[in-house]
Amino acid sequence: MVEILLDATVRAGTPILFATLGAILNERAGIINLGIEGLMLIGALAGFAGTFYSGSLLIGVLCAFIAAFVAGSIHALITVPLRGNQIVSGLALTMFGIGVTALFGRGMVGETIVGLERIALPGLSQLPIVGRALFQQDLLIYISFILVFLIWFFLYRTRIGLGLRTVGENPAAADTCGISVSLYRFLAVTTGAGLVGIGGAYLSLAMTPMWIENMSAGRGWIAVALVIFSGWSSHRAMLGAYLFGGITAMQLRFQAIGTDISTHILQMLPYIFTILVLVVSTIRLQKGSSQQPQGLGQPYDREDRK
Amino acid sequence: MPELLQIEHIRKTFPGVIALDDVSFTVATGEIHTILGENGAGKSTLMNVLTGLYHPDSGKMCLDGTEVHFTSPRDSLACGIGMVHQHFMLVPAHSVFENILLALDKVPLLYNRKQYQQKIQKIIDTFELDLDLDTEVWKLSIGAQQWIELIKLLLRDCRLLILDEPTAVLTPQETDRLFRVLRLLQEQGKSIIFISHKMREVVEISDRVTVLKKGRSISTLDRGSFDREILAGLMIGQDKIPEWQKNLQMSENIVLDIRNLSVRNDRGLADLDQVSLQLKEGEILGIAGIAGNGQKALAEALTGLKPVTRGKIFAGEVDITHSTARSSYISGIAHIPEDRKSIGIAPDLDVADNLIMKSYKNPLFRRGFFQNRGAIRRNAEDKVSRFAIKTGPDGSPVRYLSGGNIQKVIIARELSENPRVLVALYPTRGLDIGSAEYIHKVIVEGAGRGMSTILIAEDLDELLKLSDRIAVMFRGRIIGYADPRRTTREEIGLMMSGERQDQAS
Repeated sequence: MVEILLDATVRAGTPILFATLGAILNERAGIINLGIEGLMLIGALAGFAGTFYSGSLLIGVLCAFIAAFVAGSIHALITVPLRGNQIVSGLALTMFGIGVTALFGRGMVGETIVGLERIALPGLSQLPIVGRALFQQDLLIYISFILVFLIWFFLYRTRIGLGLRTVGENPAAADTCGISVSLYRFLAVTTGAGLVGIGGAYLSLAMTPMWIENMSAGRGWIAVALVIFSGWSSHRAMLGAYLFGGITAMQLRFQAIGTDISTHILQMLPYIFTILVLVVSTIRLQKGSSQQPQGLGQPYDREDRK
Repeated sequence: MPELLQIEHIRKTFPGVIALDDVSFTVATGEIHTILGENGAGKSTLMNVLTGLYHPDSGKMCLDGTEVHFTSPRDSLACGIGMVHQHFMLVPAHSVFENILLALDKVPLLYNRKQYQQKIQKIIDTFELDLDLDTEVWKLSIGAQQWIELIKLLLRDCRLLILDEPTAVLTPQETDRLFRVLRLLQEQGKSIIFISHKMREVVEISDRVTVLKKGRSISTLDRGSFDREILAGLMIGQDKIPEWQKNLQMSENIVLDIRNLSVRNDRGLADLDQVSLQLKEGEILGIAGIAGNGQKALAEALTGLKPVTRGKIFAGEVDITHSTARSSYISGIAHIPEDRKSIGIAPDLDVADNLIMKSYKNPLFRRGFFQNRGAIRRNAEDKVSRFAIKTGPDGSPVRYLSGGNIQKVIIARELSENPRVLVALYPTRGLDIGSAEYIHKVIVEGAGRGMSTILIAEDLDELLKLSDRIAVMFRGRIIGYADPRRTTREEIGLMMSGERQDQAS
């Protein structure tokens, strides 16, 4: 019972984890991205279509990354060189994602593929309780584990990561050190978007191997909230994503065994939790111990005299 | 001395403002060259051109005799030109080590932490600085943060160091230490461009001085051929220092009566602790104290920006303890805030709108529901000429003005309805001599008309010159009063550190 619940937790949390990690990369460079929901949908459709036509899941995942990367570059173009409003551009990206996937996804509705398969790691997968949840999963989940560490390592132990954090904290300081603010920001936005796309692809390749219109169902928004909850750090993002995964897994379990609680209420739980998390995180942010990148949301113009 | 850097006829304009008109000067190897000029003369713009942050519209820059074009700070750094900006280019959330590492050239993607830490530590030891590499920068004093900026440049082997008003934020002791380090660097053959308008320091440290005025370099003087008077004369030029006469008679009318005032800050600690004060009509009450001893809380409580925890404030007969900012303005208290750019003005609005910000409800500026644009514009024209504000074209944002002119906009607005009390918080901080003198004149003339002023300042000379009485604050209390005609700087200094309780009030 616990094993199954934990397993479902990890699986439900993974798409949100990818999306949150991608959004953290964006915001660490100082760019707010409210287009996560749209990017997830684009990734989900591109991943599914890629797999459907090529027959290879790997190519599908690659398609998801590339499609979201390209869509993310629209946001990057508007917010970085053109210094447009990041909120507006992000919202537009979400609407664009919903619309474009509904349009081009019509041919995919009802098609099926063989989803990602579980790979049991020898030995480890036999561990009691956590064995199944952590070591008997599909490739994308293993990649997400590694990614959490890689992003931390990148941000805190490499020169480029330090540059990226500086661009997000104080772009003028980065500029005087000879770091190209535009290049860093552009690549952070597009690469982050690519990761969000993989999160979307996880929905259509592993969780339910098919394309359903609007199948991200608000997970992109949950990721946006989780960025704040995580304090812009990758391992806290993992914690947050599995917290949501857990709630989702539990409510599904409740629906399966059948309770007196209305299914509508149960399905609401993850979203109610999002609101709670936002309230708590925001209070914490205001109490001063702020980890928010100080340059977040501010376009950088070298000759702007403030 | 061989010339390292030659600047010829540099010109740079911003929308509606000519920041640099025609600037030429040279810097020799191993020279400390001061650029002197009033605020708005173009010093900072010039330095941003030198470091490639701004592109000049025209003009020529030569390094070692060859012409250079910088398109970004990366280019100028590669040529060995580094700058300590007036507003530090540090990331407060990062550690000292990370801030320095970022500035280094050719750091591999995966760097050897220990090796770099040792390298940086060596420089820290050479100059006997007191810096811990793992501390986050926001925890450090301003003086320590400046050392970080300097270390960044030294590690990059800069030949020419540009320091933009480095002493503005330092204590006299820290300044002496900085000067020792600068001389050491000079001996090593580094060239230094030093920007300041503190005459004493300029005369002490400079080999040569170039004076900037209204975007033009008007003259360059060698050591020995300048002193304070000559430099001040050149800097201010035809704009004569306004003359004013201090008002000596004062009425005995009490306009502001503060009784046992206490204010708690956001963390619940007492910023103001049982302060009592009486302000007479036409009096200039100076408030001395090391920053952070309750001066700001006092100003904010008086102007209705901060709620009063205990105690009372009376303006004449009226209790204004719990009035808001707007109602204290109406009851005759005007405010010159500390941070003029962030709370003194609305930076993106133009001068005319900023000038009516507190009186927009006045029927003079209204036509029923609508604004009376004509009256607003005439008001602006009147104030601009009366207060000698240098503005850009009509409608350009006020943030493009220099610090001195922004301060004049604030003063013009605050004094427009003849307030009875002016609360001025560091009104001349960061201003050049001309603008500072102008503000002194406005305050003293106001006193002549019966306006009382609470003048909070850090410059003791300013307080001694203007005040009728000086109150010294320490840890949220008024620790004692001094009479500016009889006291000395040392005496006030001792009281500021909490040592002496009183002198006759």
